[in-house]
Amino acid sequence: MALIPAPVVRFYHRMASPPHFYALTEKLMPWLVAIFVVLLAIGLYGGLYLAPPDYQQGDSYRIIYIHVPSAWMSLFIYVMMAVAGAIGLIWRIKLAEIVAISSASVGASFTFIALVTGSLWGKPMWGTWWVWDARLTSELILLFLYLGVIGLYNAIDDKRTASKAVAILALVGVVNIPVIHYSVEWWNTLHQGPTVTKMDKPSIHVSMLVPLLVMAAAFKFYYLIAMLKRAQLELLQRERTSAWVKKMLAEQQ
Amino acid sequence: MKPIRRQRLILIVLMVAGIGAGVGFALKSFNENLMYFFSTTDVLAGKAPPDRLFRLGGMVVKGSVQRPGDGLTVHFKLTDYSKEVAVEYTGILPDLFREGQGIVANGKLDGRGVFVADEVLAKHDENYMPPEVKASLKKQAAGKPVE
Repeated sequence: MALIPAPVVRFYHRMASPPHFYALTEKLMPWLVAIFVVLLAIGLYGGLYLAPPDYQQGDSYRIIYIHVPSAWMSLFIYVMMAVAGAIGLIWRIKLAEIVAISSASVGASFTFIALVTGSLWGKPMWGTWWVWDARLTSELILLFLYLGVIGLYNAIDDKRTASKAVAILALVGVVNIPVIHYSVEWWNTLHQGPTVTKMDKPSIHVSMLVPLLVMAAAFKFYYLIAMLKRAQLELLQRERTSAWVKKMLAEQQ
Repeated sequence: MKPIRRQRLILIVLMVAGIGAGVGFALKSFNENLMYFFSTTDVLAGKAPPDRLFRLGGMVVKGSVQRPGDGLTVHFKLTDYSKEVAVEYTGILPDLFREGQGIVANGKLDGRGVFVADEVLAKHDENYMPPEVKASLKKQAAGKPVE
């Protein structure tokens, strides 16, 4: 613990206090939304208008600007959910539990978008909507894991118990993440190999790569917004009898 | 860290590691079944099932695409840069089908060792670039002395 500087520890402890978390996220929200809108506008303009067409796929490759960031987010959010779940399990921090469950539905949405856009891209390019290759199948399993997490949480009435169950399910599912990422390298798949996230230089022209990375950043901010909004709601529901919520409500009326 | 928390942390790490190892072994033993397609070398080595449908993947050999007659039937050869297999297909090809392009075909071998496909899917590569860059790359490649 001595390795972590004192201000970081202080920040961490303060973030774990519900009223402080609520007030801070409320203050951050307009900034997050502003950054998201700006990044999204730049990314979409760059991707759909400025980036040149592909030498093989022409303009239809542009769905990459939705498909790839969504797929990255589906993996990223799952890891965030599992880490938050583990923190909740070990330190019994209520806010970590809330962040974990609030991430689940955002992650499920991104997984769904990645699967649907991939399917729409597959039909004209590959000649099929869907194949049961390792990449597509493991991504579908990820969607089922998210849905399982959401379903399990809602099936248990006591939310502290539900959070523990959900965290264990999320941690078990973590094994799927490297499988998804490496599926295209370990096995023969119809899905092509990695373009950006490989050791070598990315095999995408820089004029196409920059909007892709901007879109990825925009999606990260969207995740923060959607997750924090859900976390605030979940927090208010869980703490509805506590003094700080009652005081806040009284002030607003 | 308090002992109880340390214990929980160790438990979680062990759980994730254990499941990881289990899934790892399972995937390893199902390795063959997880392959979406056979390569041409596999097929010539007799690894592909002789009387069942299977998928064959490879690059379309340049200059091998022929259309005998005026129907939809097309003959071509697939390669993994080591062995070649002849393929016959009747139907509409995907837009990305062209010589030098990777494809995956579903079908079975006939008696003559020709792969009769009833479905052809294009497998595009992971490279994205503007047409001008591709053209200049081609020019560079053409300008290089043949080794």
